This record gives sequence, structure tokens and C-alpha cells, in this order.
Amino acid sequence: MWTSLIPATWSQLRTLGMVFRHAFRRRETVNYPDEAVYLPPRFRGRIVLTRDPDGEERCVACNLCAVACPVDCIALEKGEAEDGRWYPSSFRINFSRCIYCGLCEEACPTSAIQLTPDFEMSEYRRQDLVYEKEDLLIDGPGKDHDYHFYKVAGLAIAGKDKGEARDEKPPRDVRTLLP
Amino acid sequence: MATIEVDGRRYAVDGQDNLLQACLTLGLDLPYFCWHPALGSVGACRQCAVKQYRDAEDTQGTLVMACMTPAADGTRLSLEDDEARAFRAGVIEWLMVHHPHDCPVCAEGGHCHLQDMTVMTGHHRRRYRFRKRTHRNQYLGPFIAHEMNRCITCYRCVRFYRDYAGGTDLGAFGAGDNVYFGRHREGVLESAFAGNLTEVCPTGVFTDRTHAERYTRKWDLQFAPGICHQCAVGCNTSPGERHGEIRRIENRYHGEVNRFFLCDRGRFGYDYVNRADRPRRPEWRGESAEPLVLDVDAALDRGAEALRRARRVIGIGSPRASLEGNHQLCDLVGEANFSTGIAAREQDCLARMRRLNRDAGLPTPTLRDVESHDAVLVLGEDLIASAARLGLAVRQAVLGRRAALAAARDIPAWNAEAVMTLAQDARHPLFIAYPTATGLDDIAEQCLHLAPEDIARLGFAVAHAIDPAAPAVDGLDARTRAQAERIAAALLAARRPLVIGGGSLESPALVEAAGNVARALATRERRGGLTLVRREANGTGVELLGGRPLEWALDVLDEGAADAVVVLENDLYQRLPRERVDRALAAARTVIVLDHQRTPTWERAHLGLPAASFAEGDGTLVSLEGRAQRFYAVFEPRYHRPETRIHPGWRWLLALGASLERRAVPEVALDAVTRDCARRHPALAGIVEVVPGAEARVDGLKLARQPHRYSGRTALRADLDVSEPRPPQDPDTPFTFSMEGYAGHERPRREVPFAWAPGWNSPQAWNKFTDEVGGHLRGGDPGVRLLAPAADVGDHVDAIPPPFTPCADEWRLVVLPRLFGGEETSSRSAPIQARAAPATLRLAAEDARRLDAEEGDRLRVETARACVALPLHVDATLPRGLVAIPAGVAAALASGERAWLTAAPEAGEASP
Repeated sequence: MWTSLIPATWSQLRTLGMVFRHAFRRRETVNYPDEAVYLPPRFRGRIVLTRDPDGEERCVACNLCAVACPVDCIALEKGEAEDGRWYPSSFRINFSRCIYCGLCEEACPTSAIQLTPDFEMSEYRRQDLVYEKEDLLIDGPGKDHDYHFYKVAGLAIAGKDKGEARDEKPPRDVRTLLP
Repeated sequence: MATIEVDGRRYAVDGQDNLLQACLTLGLDLPYFCWHPALGSVGACRQCAVKQYRDAEDTQGTLVMACMTPAADGTRLSLEDDEARAFRAGVIEWLMVHHPHDCPVCAEGGHCHLQDMTVMTGHHRRRYRFRKRTHRNQYLGPFIAHEMNRCITCYRCVRFYRDYAGGTDLGAFGAGDNVYFGRHREGVLESAFAGNLTEVCPTGVFTDRTHAERYTRKWDLQFAPGICHQCAVGCNTSPGERHGEIRRIENRYHGEVNRFFLCDRGRFGYDYVNRADRPRRPEWRGESAEPLVLDVDAALDRGAEALRRARRVIGIGSPRASLEGNHQLCDLVGEANFSTGIAAREQDCLARMRRLNRDAGLPTPTLRDVESHDAVLVLGEDLIASAARLGLAVRQAVLGRRAALAAARDIPAWNAEAVMTLAQDARHPLFIAYPTATGLDDIAEQCLHLAPEDIARLGFAVAHAIDPAAPAVDGLDARTRAQAERIAAALLAARRPLVIGGGSLESPALVEAAGNVARALATRERRGGLTLVRREANGTGVELLGGRPLEWALDVLDEGAADAVVVLENDLYQRLPRERVDRALAAARTVIVLDHQRTPTWERAHLGLPAASFAEGDGTLVSLEGRAQRFYAVFEPRYHRPETRIHPGWRWLLALGASLERRAVPEVALDAVTRDCARRHPALAGIVEVVPGAEARVDGLKLARQPHRYSGRTALRADLDVSEPRPPQDPDTPFTFSMEGYAGHERPRREVPFAWAPGWNSPQAWNKFTDEVGGHLRGGDPGVRLLAPAADVGDHVDAIPPPFTPCADEWRLVVLPRLFGGEETSSRSAPIQARAAPATLRLAAEDARRLDAEEGDRLRVETARACVALPLHVDATLPRGLVAIPAGVAAALASGERAWLTAAPEAGEASP
């Protein structure tokens, strides 16, 4: 019995000592909100909708983010602008359900939906966590500075006719017999 | 039967099939593009390559196209062979070389056959680094959007449009990279079946334009098994809902009725359920002009109070409402006070048609069965206008000669190009008698343009020529006699002749003429069929339920013998002249109207109760072939718009009946109402077997209305309330308003809201639900047939009308059905309004000359009851003495009336 008591006591004392030593370590807890929290660039927080380098909405309402969302907290409706672009006529994220997994961002074919290093979204009322499109849309390209979906897509929109997208030949003349 | 060996396993397959059909029937996944169960094989896309081996010793094998190789007994093949896989992957890579980077902005994405096949073959990275060919698109009308860049040149569109549906204005142009599928110049696609291009096209070249503005991916739509309400054929549809609106209607496979195709009225005519002006809450119109919006209990109390005060209550049912609704109304007012809501002339035709279905000796074929008849006589119907899908089936029957010729030469029926080349223009005989040109004239052996009486006389003459016991027609001219004998000879020479008649021209003599032909054929050989066309979705059913005609109801009200009326889903102004309806409704102290549209009748109601349309309610309809089918609510309207108080008509009437007796509204499920209806009306006894019943389960699960990847559940209505409510419950059916429940293809079931199978997101997934490709649903085809011919053939009818003789100064009016704009509810849809041709008044050239009128001049047609002014269209085919106007222009104008024509003042200077 005595033989096991001695190491056990030592273990207790050693633990106490280690805990006590932490009093002199640098603090991990920050004095939030007086002090800013460091968030790594890939931190997945508040979701935004970005714009392409020309300042147009990037989202084309393809619905892939919504279908990828494991908690089904994204709902949007497709609209079609005068110039032929698809855009979301409404875009809603219920942040009270969002788990910030980032699957929507991975699914997005146009780099429109992105997660930002911002978590300061607390509300007193749950209803205020429902974000509509005007709450989500930002005025910049976010992390992806260059991608411009309509410059690659075959769909013609005003200002980019058939054959003017990347790697496209001019439209065929069906009436010609030449190859 | 044949035995084939696929990758070392032996299977029994149908030896008449090709290998692709056989593999798909076995449930094996083999990619394909150009083959279609209804269109056959052409071997154009090279996608279904498999390895075929000569015998057990052959280890080398050869690549063959599965769709072009017969499933002969002893065939050995491999789908998994490396070389075959590499070949298929190569083919899809070539097809994708020019495919645009479009999927996120493509309305096909998510139910795209090309996407499915690309995933199936494993192609995922573009290696081609050169430039893509592009094409300009065309405007193809309000129904179809065109995006030619996405084409993979499988030729399915033109094969459907031209070869199957008989369209002429869509073609393939150019060669090589120039190949272009479109019209010779921009314009509206003329075919009544153009909408099927959206499903036939394996990718997004042709997409649903009516859906484009509020586009929703297939995985986000909530579906239910629907029955088309736009005519009496009873096609099965898959309406899809999102945000409380019907967004799209897709074909729902039914092995005996519509199979793969719908007509454009059924597919695009749904928009009336989304109208902003729909009544959504009960309205009370008392003393003030402005209606008072009520809640359910207040509305029921006021309704019950008004009915309690009434001496006698008349119920007016509707051929566009479900059997349950009509039955419940009949129950509320009593059989003695129930009217079917159908005008007398039409009801007379309906009653005659029902009798003929029983005693004419020939059965009514299903649509699929129509295709196997080999001679067709159409009396007084333009099928493409009155029952379009039936017209498409008749086209296949006439083209069926091809398959017969091919069989004689041992060419398999699926070898589409060979069969067509062999047959050239050979067709089974089709005879059409109609006042003017019809949509099937191009394949008819003979088209006779006659007045309705003369069509009836021709029919009676044909009957007499087939069976001398049938009454002879007096004073028949030699030419008609010769025509009748020719038709009779063709029908007698056929293995299975088909007679088609109907009530479109509202002529009882015409219906009886078709009946006599059928009886004559039945006494001669008893093979063949008789199809009688009804106008409205549930006309057959309401007639079976029984009730007096609409005129009777109006007369009773007019005379003051009754002082209250309940109208169920019926716009009386569509059926009888305005003054007459006005008078009757003004005489009634209480008018209660249940409808899902704000019709002129609704505007006259003291109490309006918002009824459910096909999208929100369940019910049973009886199609023209006597098939009772259940349609299911697609969504619960209160989920997205909590303020709405829409309920199915039968539930309103049930509640009204209970309130009338001061009872609490009982909890009655739809099945109980259906059972009650069947018990009370012996003719409808079969309808209890229509449905699996609300208790039906698959593996203990209810059936899901939503695909398993339905998105946005927790955000859809989060703007209303962040706490999601419980999903709406559905005690009336085995379906849930949720993605929870069974949605698979492995367990056979009859009611399939949407077709999806792992790896098959497009409509091609239906192949997973059928016993063989293009066969029947494995769980059985939905519906129960109520009309069966009796064993003995009835007596011939000898009420032969005198011939039609044109008069000098008066005309005979014929109202011609039309596909777009000729039906009440669908013509309230914006896309149908955009597609409908402007109404014209048609006259024979000689008559127009006599009136000194030219094409486009406005003429006023005046009958004893009404008058309407329309621009003139000189019709070269119309017989003299007739004036034809399209249906849906003026309800007061009925076929057969005398009419007078005068020049109308120009539209600009029109009087008050």
C-alpha cells in the first residue's frame, strides 16, 4: 500500500505545480471585445455574396450552395436581368441554423458565396439572424480577385455576345457550305 | 425470350429488343443519347458501345453499339470491358468538346441526361484546349427557350418533332460543326407537342420557357402525382411547386395513357393556379359593393345561415371539379336539386357517349392501345385541338404500317431509320370528316370537309355499308355513297379498325353515327375500338354521377322555385348566354360559389369560398376512356401564405353541410368521401380501387413529395418566422409534404410523384420504374377503368339528319375546339394567352365573296342569343353555308345555331 501511495502523492503535487506554473504563462484569453481576436485568413465565419471584378453580382442563382448545405439554411430564387444574366432575386441565409462548414463556398461555381473571418453576429432575437440578400451582398470580389463567370460561360449576355467568351469561335453561319 | 450473357452473368431478355433496351430493362446502367424508348435506335451518338464476343472462346471481342445490335439468344457481351469503357469515355469527351461552360446558368442543370451520362462515364476534366464552336439562338415562341451552344447533335429533337409528332417547322441544318437544330427562320414552333422537346433533348438546348422566369432546380421542387385538368384524355403529370407556386409540369409516365409525351396545353397551361387575383380567402358580398373578407368559421356560419333561410337550394356541379366535390355537393343539396353544370346539348352528347361505351359492342382502347389499330375513322373531331394527346396516338396508329412492313421483312421495329426508309409513305388508312382542316390531315388517306349533318350522314352510310342491317341513308348522293363504301371497305379490311367520334361539334347525330359504325363493326367481327372524345377533364365522371343539365337549374331559379344556389368550380358564363345566367343569379336570394378562379360567376356570389385547384387539393377524375384516376395535392398553400384559407371543394361542402345542421365539422378523410361516392353511385363503384389509400406505406414509410436533396428547408419561410413550423400533415393521402418518406424506384408503386434513381436525374429515370423500357410501371399503371362494353350489341339508331343545305342569307354556326385558348382554365394562363392565335371567323371563299368581304375584314356574327364581331379568315376547306368560330370566344354561341353575318364597324370606331 505504501509503495503506491508515494508515487500517487508525487503525481498530485506535480499536477498542482503544473497548474500553478500556468499563472505565469502568457494569457490565451483575450479581453474581447476591448481587444481584437486574431482570426486566420481561412477562418470560416459570416457568409457574404461577392461581386466580380466589374462590380456585377457574381451569384447566378444556380442553387448549388443551397443543395450542398447540410442544414438546408440557404434559400434563393432565380431571376433574370434585362441583359440576360441570371441573378438571385432573393437570397436568404438563416444563420441561426448555419454551421459554418463552408460547403456552400466549395460548391459555388462562380466564387460568389464566400465565408469571411468574422464571427461577430450575435443577436438578442433569433429572427435577426435571418439574413436577406441586401445583408449578404458586399461590394468587392472577396478572396477571389479575378474570376468572372460570364467571361467563361457560353451564355450570351448584353456586352458579351455569342463567341466572345474565352476559347470560343465566332458563331457559325449555318447557311455556308464551307467547313 | 432469349438468354444473353452480360459480364459473365446470364439473363433472360426479350429477343425482340436490342442490347441497350435489354440492358436497361435489366436495370444495368449503360449510357446512351440518341436512343429513346419511343423513337427507336439510329446509332448516331456512339455512346452505348459494348464489347460483344462470338462465343466462349472469343477473348478479343468487338465493339458494337448496343442500340443497333439485336439481343439474340446466346449473345455474350461485356459492359465493364476496359476497351468498351475507354471508348464510351472517349465519346463523351468528344461530345463535350464544344459544350459551353454553362451548367450553373442552364435550366436543364440538375435533371440533365448529359450531366448524368458524363458522370456515369467518369469524364470530369476538359483536355481539349482549342476553341469551341458557337451558334446563335432562335426565338421559338412563348413555350420553348433555345440555346444551341449546348447541342450534342443526337438528332433526338428532329426525330421526335418530325418523325413522331409530324411537325414540319423544326429541322436539322448544315453539316459537321455547322449542324443546327432550329427553324428555317425565327418564329413560334407550330407543333402542339413542342413542349416534349424539353424532355426529349438530352441536354439544355430546348428548355421550358414558361418556367424560366421563376426557375427552380428539379431537386428543389415539390411534386405530386397529378392528372392533367386541361382536357378529358387524363394524362398523368408531375407538377412541381416551390414557394407556393406551380413552377413546371413534367410528364409522368403512365404505361397505358400518355407514356412519354404530353401536349403543350397540358404542359404549359398551369399558370392559372399562380394568378395573383385568385381568391384565397372567403368573401362575403352583402349590401356593400366591396366584398368582406371572412375567416373560415364566419364564412361557414354565414353560408349555413343563408342556406337555412332558403326554401330550396340548387347545387350546380362541374365537369372540371373532382368526383368527390360533385358528390359532396349532390349530398348537400339532394339528388333532386343537383345539376351537373353542363349545358343540355353537351350533356345529351355525354349521355349518348356513355350509352355507346356500353352497348356499341366495341371497347374503348387506352391511348397505348390506340396505337395498335390499323385503320381509323374520325367523325367530327379535330383531335389535335380537342384531345391532342389522343391525336398523337392516332398518328402512331397510322404510322404503325411501318412496323408492320418491317416485321414482314424481319427488320426489328426499333431500327428506326431502316423502318422509315423501308416504309416511305406507307401508312394505315385514316379517314377524317370535319368541317375544316384538322391537325392530322397530313397523314390522312382522305379528309372530307363537311357540315356536321353531312358528317353524321356519312357515318350512318358507312355503318350501312359495313352492316346492311344498319339503317340506310335516304337521298345520299353518289359521291358520298362511294366515299362511304370506300371507308367501309378500308375498315373491314383492317385487323383492328378504330372509330373516333365525340361531342366537340355538340351534335348528337354525329355521336350516334359513330355509334352505328361501331355497332356495325362489332356485328361483323367484334374487333377494333370506339373512342368518344369528351371536352372537359371530368365530363365523363360527372355524367356517370348523374344530374340535370345546367339549363334546368337556371330555369328553377328563374321561376322562383328555388331561392339559393351553390355553384362548385364552374363559370356559368362560359356555358350559357350572359343574360340567362344573370337573370337566374339575380333571382336567387343566396348565391354561394366555390372556385379557385375569380370568374364572372364568382363576382356574382354572395359568399365565395376559395376552392383548391389541382395543385392544392386531391380528387378523382374520370378520363374519356373511362379511367378513374386520383390526383394529389402538390403543396399546402398555408405553409407559404399563412393567411390563405384554400380548401378542396369537397371539404368546404362537407363543412357547410355540418354547419347547416349545427354540427361540429367532422374529421373526414378523402378516402371516406370517395367510398361514400362509390357507394351512392353504382356506376362509380370502381373508384375505391383507384388509390392505395391514405394508409399505404412502403417499408413503413409514407411517400415523399420532395426529392431527398430538397434544399432550403430551414430558410424557405424564415422571413415569416425563424422557428420552422411542423411540416403540413396530409391525412388524406399516403404522401408527406416533406423529403421524409420513400422516394426510390426499387419498390414497385403506382403513384410516383417524380422520377429519380441514383445516377438518373433526368426524365430518363422513368426507365427505372417500368417493367421494361417503354412498358408499364412495375407497380401497375394508375387508375381503374369504369366503362366496359356489355356483352350484347345495342340496336342501330336510325335518327338520320337531313343533309345540310346552305341558305342564301343565313349561315350555320359551328364552334370549333382549339388547343390554345379554347379551354376555360388554361386560357387564364399567360403563356397560353401568348401562344393562342387571334380568334377569327371563318367562311368559305364563295361565301366571303358573296358578302363582299376580304381576309381580315371584321364581320359581325349574330344569332338569336348573341352577337360577336371577329376578323374574317377565308377558309378554303370550309363547306359553303357554314360560319366557324373558335371555342372560348363567346359562350352564348353554340354549334348548330342559325347565324347572320354583317360587316362590323372597325374596332376603332366601335359603338358603346
